[in-house]
This record gives sequence, structure tokens and C-alpha cells, in this order.
Amino acid sequence: MLRNGREAYWRRKTKAVVEARAKAGSMYDKRALESIKKGVRQWQETVLREWDVKAPRSARDFQTASAIPLKPLFTPVDVSDVDFAGQGFPGVFPYLRGVYPNMYRGRKWTMRMFSGFGTPEDTNRRLKLLLEHGETGLSIAFDMPTLYGYDCDHQRAHGEVGRCGVNVSSLKDMEVIFEGIPLEGVSTSMTINAPATILTCMYAGVAMRQGVPMEKLRGTVQADMLKEYIAQKEWVYPPEAHLRLVRDLMVFCTKKMPLWNYVSISGYHIREAGSSAVQELAFTLADGFGYVELGLEAGLKVEQFAPRLSFFFNSTMDFFEEIAKFRAARRIWATVLREKYGVKDKRSLLMRFHTQTSGASLTWQQPLNNIIRTTIEALAAVLGGTQSLHTNSYDEAWALPTEKAVEVALRTQQIIAEETGTPNVADPLGGSYYVEWLTEQMEEEAYKYFDRIDSAGGLLKAIKTGYLQKEIAENSYRLAKRVEDGRDSVVGVNKYEVDEKKPIDTLKIDFRAQRSQNRRLARVRKERDGAKVEAALAKIAKAFENEDANSIYPMLEAVSEYATLGEIIEVGRRAFGTWQEPVII
Amino acid sequence: MARKALATQRKIRVLVAKPGLDGHDRGVLVLARALRDAGMEVIYSGLLPSPQEVAQMALDEDVDVVALSLLNGAHMTAFPKVKRLLEKQGGRDIIVVGGGIIPEEDKGRLRKLGITGLFGPGSSFEEIVEHIGARVRKERWKE
Repeated sequence: MLRNGREAYWRRKTKAVVEARAKAGSMYDKRALESIKKGVRQWQETVLREWDVKAPRSARDFQTASAIPLKPLFTPVDVSDVDFAGQGFPGVFPYLRGVYPNMYRGRKWTMRMFSGFGTPEDTNRRLKLLLEHGETGLSIAFDMPTLYGYDCDHQRAHGEVGRCGVNVSSLKDMEVIFEGIPLEGVSTSMTINAPATILTCMYAGVAMRQGVPMEKLRGTVQADMLKEYIAQKEWVYPPEAHLRLVRDLMVFCTKKMPLWNYVSISGYHIREAGSSAVQELAFTLADGFGYVELGLEAGLKVEQFAPRLSFFFNSTMDFFEEIAKFRAARRIWATVLREKYGVKDKRSLLMRFHTQTSGASLTWQQPLNNIIRTTIEALAAVLGGTQSLHTNSYDEAWALPTEKAVEVALRTQQIIAEETGTPNVADPLGGSYYVEWLTEQMEEEAYKYFDRIDSAGGLLKAIKTGYLQKEIAENSYRLAKRVEDGRDSVVGVNKYEVDEKKPIDTLKIDFRAQRSQNRRLARVRKERDGAKVEAALAKIAKAFENEDANSIYPMLEAVSEYATLGEIIEVGRRAFGTWQEPVII
Repeated sequence: MARKALATQRKIRVLVAKPGLDGHDRGVLVLARALRDAGMEVIYSGLLPSPQEVAQMALDEDVDVVALSLLNGAHMTAFPKVKRLLEKQGGRDIIVVGGGIIPEEDKGRLRKLGITGLFGPGSSFEEIVEHIGARVRKERWKE
């Protein structure tokens, strides 16, 4: 999947899925099915038709957000070939119904609110506030300069420091972010990709200063570079170079940080970039198989690294399609890992995933409505069996969220968890004719995409030629046109609009963060041992030159000597060069 | 008469650009397609150009309009920078429009610099196309 195309497996698979279903046959009695079929026909031709005359259907085309056409009613006939016995049970292969046997009866999902803005001090305060409010895992957002590997005092960072997340230019900043938060007791997710190796080293550096051994560190870096090229587009080097760094991280963590999730395979950004649910499902899983192959190339066994791969999905407004997507994803992952990569170890087959509600679904107009959108999306994620969840704040189409808005978002999850009864039963929508049918549709469509990616020469080639990017851009234009001409409705945007003067108070980020970060960085540069920094950077350069070396070890050293993020990234820029994506319009 | 016919056939040339550290290109890519479908010639800057590179591209490509988009909160630095560089390098008459998440209080300051449009989330293609068309016809084609 990663480097080569034309593997027979993918070509066979779509057909195989359909054939297997037909062979598995029905759990319904044949005669009963016949009678239901007859009943449906009758209902359509008489009851429904008569009703349509009295109350004409709207001219809307009825389809899912992925453009899968929908009938007015689903019945056992539509799921007559579904292999319900093959779906297994929660905690049983292929995990369609959930990864844990008792699901949320055992443990609720982790409520993990993504936060970070301004200075490390600001973020430290926000993290402590969230811990006080009962949040169970930390999640950090970084600003654009950090994401692109520029120090705060770089010319390209001007005006961008602390705006979209917290700025980190050196280990000193990370020390401040986690001041007073014992790393032994928390799990920390860091949304960082191109510089993920460096941030992992910095986190380990903070732990070292707190006296916590690396082996005990729990958390996640995103480090999903494949989706960066596909959707989020925060890279520094060409794809091969970034994949090599991910490989180094995989190998290093397998040995030294066994509880660290070093790749969070992310569909979130693919979806936010405008993909359909089907594309999100297919491209994310394809990336997942890509990382499996990357680990295998590095000489690791799947069982060594697959339990540390986790997934990150989007949950947006087409409620049922989202739920079907989550269910299908679990089954595809387990099935392909077992069939194609020969994995037997159970932990390696489980698709554990984090979900974030959709930022792109939030509207700038009538922002309080976003609380409702987020609630619906969060509920879909829970019904889909997510392991952790971030709920967006209602003011995020305006700015980074205020504390008030974040609190409402966290409470949204808590209300679903504590008051609705949803967590009482595993996979509550299992057996719904519609959801089961849609789950099968999603799976089939995903396999078709795997085959197309394979035919395009494999994942890496599909990325480098811009094939996947173009698929997303076309879908996103399709969606935009549907809103423009009113085929899709967005309340407050193209329906039920009102005139409103600034309806909410929003968070303002000023240049204070920029100034205070520049001051701290200047101090760091002055106080560190320059010769030691140079020596450590030279070691990284040497590791980069040797394809077989592991660059994490010298990076740990450099970070501890307070080499800056930008300096370490620059060493790579000299070794690997930079990357321009193919223009796809 | 002949001149008039020529003028209506003329196509508006637009450079669509994100002048900053911002990879969120969903909006620009959609915009580029919408402007193209509205009959304009669209040039896309690709990702992560500096304001200097955007200005240079606009001059090299001899565009009528530069359409800037940023979602990272850096519009108050990046948009004026592009405008200033254009003015300095002989592109004073190139029209600059912008979009993104731009707070009301920033909009006034940007408009004073001649950066207009300032389309927020949920703007329709129609209003964007109309705004660009109106400015080009008035300021560039002097119709």
C-alpha cells in the first residue's frame, strides 16, 4: 500500500466482501423475507404513494453526505445478506460492535479537550483549569510557527506566535507548560506532526527534570505525516524524509517509551479539508496500512508496534453516516491486519480511536447553535464507540475558545455520559436496518478506494501526484456548491438567517505572547552552553546522513542542551531539502 | 463597438493566495474553483508563500486581483504586508481583496488600506464574484 501498487489483495477485496456476504446468507427466514419484500412493495405502491399525493415530497435529493442515495425506508430486506454472526461481539474479532467487551460500562471514554494558546504560561493555566473540572487527559494545540518548525523569533513567525495554539521554541517552554502537573499521573496528547520527534524529546526532557522515567510516560503525538501531505499540509521536508523520522520514532519508542502512542492516524484533517465520510474512512485506513508497512520495513514485528497505533476521526453532522463509518472502520482494520499482514495478537487488531467534533461544521452565524451541532456530533461518536472525545466550543468559528465556551463543550460530553443512558449498552444502534446497511456500504466504498489508491501506484505515489488531494478538493467543491444552491441547508447560513451584531464575546490574542516568547528565547540562547548545542546538532546532522541511524538519540541530547526547535528543524532542512506540493486546481 | 466587444471578452486574472503559515487550504481551493467557474483566470500561489512571494507572483503574472485568505489570525500582519509590497514594487493598481475569520474591528483598518471584500465564513460565491467583478470593471477597466 505504501510504496507499491498493484497488489492482488486490494483488487480482490471489494468483490470478496460482497461475495462473502452473499455466502454467509441471511439470519432471516426465507419465507419471512419474501413476505416483508411483498409488504414493502405494497406499502410503497399504495400507502406511500397516496401519502405523497397528499403531502408531496420536497424536491431535495435524499442522500448521505457522501452522496450515497437513500431509500425512504430500510427493512430486513436491505440487510438480508449481512453476516450478523460474522460481526462478532464487543471485544471479539472483527470488533465491529466495539473494541472492549463491556464498552462504557467499564470505563467511559476519555474526555480530552484540545487546548493551548498564547504563552506557555497561558496554556499551563488552561490545562490546570481543565484538570480541576474533571478532564482526564491533556491535549495540547500548538501555534503555526511550532507546527512548521520555526522559532518564535524567526521572520516567518512574525504575527503568528500563540495565535492558534501555544508556542514552543525550546525545552524551556515545555517546562513552563507542565509546571506543577506531574507527568506520571497524566496522559498527554500533542497535536504535532512535522516536529513530532522533537516534541517527544522535549516531553521526555520535562519528565527527566521531574524525575519520571521515560518508560512511564503515557501520551500521544500525532506524527501522522501521510495525512499532512493529503490534507493538513504542515510539512517541512519531502515525504520520504518525514516518513524516515516517523520510523525512527517508532523504533525508539518501541524500545524506550513503550506506553507512548507515536502515531495517531488521523482522518480528522482529511474530513475538515473537505473529504466525504467515505474518503475519510478510506484514506485514513490506507495511511494506517502505510504505517504498518513502515514499521515492517524498519524490522519491527506488527505485534510490537500495532498496539501503539491509534486513530483519530472526525464526527460531523450526518449522524447515521458517521456512526456507520466508525463501525466499518473497526472491522476493516482488524480484517486487513489479520488477512493481509498476518497479525494474530489481539491487541494489534483493535482499532482504538479518538474523535473530535467537526470544526468545519460550526457556523460563524448564530454561534450558540454550535452547541447543538457539537452535541449531535458527540453523540454520534459515542454511539460509534469512540475511546476518547474532544468537543468543540461554540465560539470556534470566531476565534480560539473562551473558558466559558470550553466549559460548555466539556459539559456536553458529561451530560451525554451521565444523563442520557447512552453508555449503558454496547453499540446501541447495532441491528438498525439503516445503520447496518450503511455500515456495509461504507465498507464496500472504502475497499474500492483502496483498490484505486493501489492502482495509482500505492499511497506514496498517490500523495506525490496529488491524486488524493484532488479527490478531496473536488468533494469539498461539490459540498460548497450544494450549500450555495440550497440543496444542503446550514441553519443560520443559507436558511433562517438573522441580522446580528457581534453575538458573543471572544478571546483575543495580542502581541503579548510574541514579545514574551521572544524574550524567553533570547534568554535561553544566552544562558545555554553554545558549544554543547553545536556538538549535539552536529550529531543529529550525522544521523540524518545515515539512513540506518536512529536520529532520536542525538535529538534527545540536543533538546536537553536547549537547542531550539527551529535549529533542529534546520539541520533536517539542510539534509533533506524542502517540499512543494503538486498544484491541484 | 469593437473595443466594447473586446472588453467583455476580457477575462479577470486573479491570484488566489494564503500568505502565511497556514495549510488550511479548503477555502482557497474552493474559491479558486468557484472563480474559475465564474469565468476568471485563476492562479493559485500554492501553500506557504511569504507576503513577498505573493506580491512578486502577482506582478509576474500580471493579475488584476490578488485574493488573500488566512484562517490563522495573522491577517493584520500578512494582508497589509502584501499590499505595501505591491505598492512599493509597481503594483499600486492591483486590487487586493481578502477573506477569512476577520473580526469587525480589524475590517475597518484593512479597508482603509484598500483591502476590501473581507468575506467571512458562509459568504456565497455569488457575492465574492460580484465584488471582484465590480472593482475590476471600475478600477482596472474603467468601465
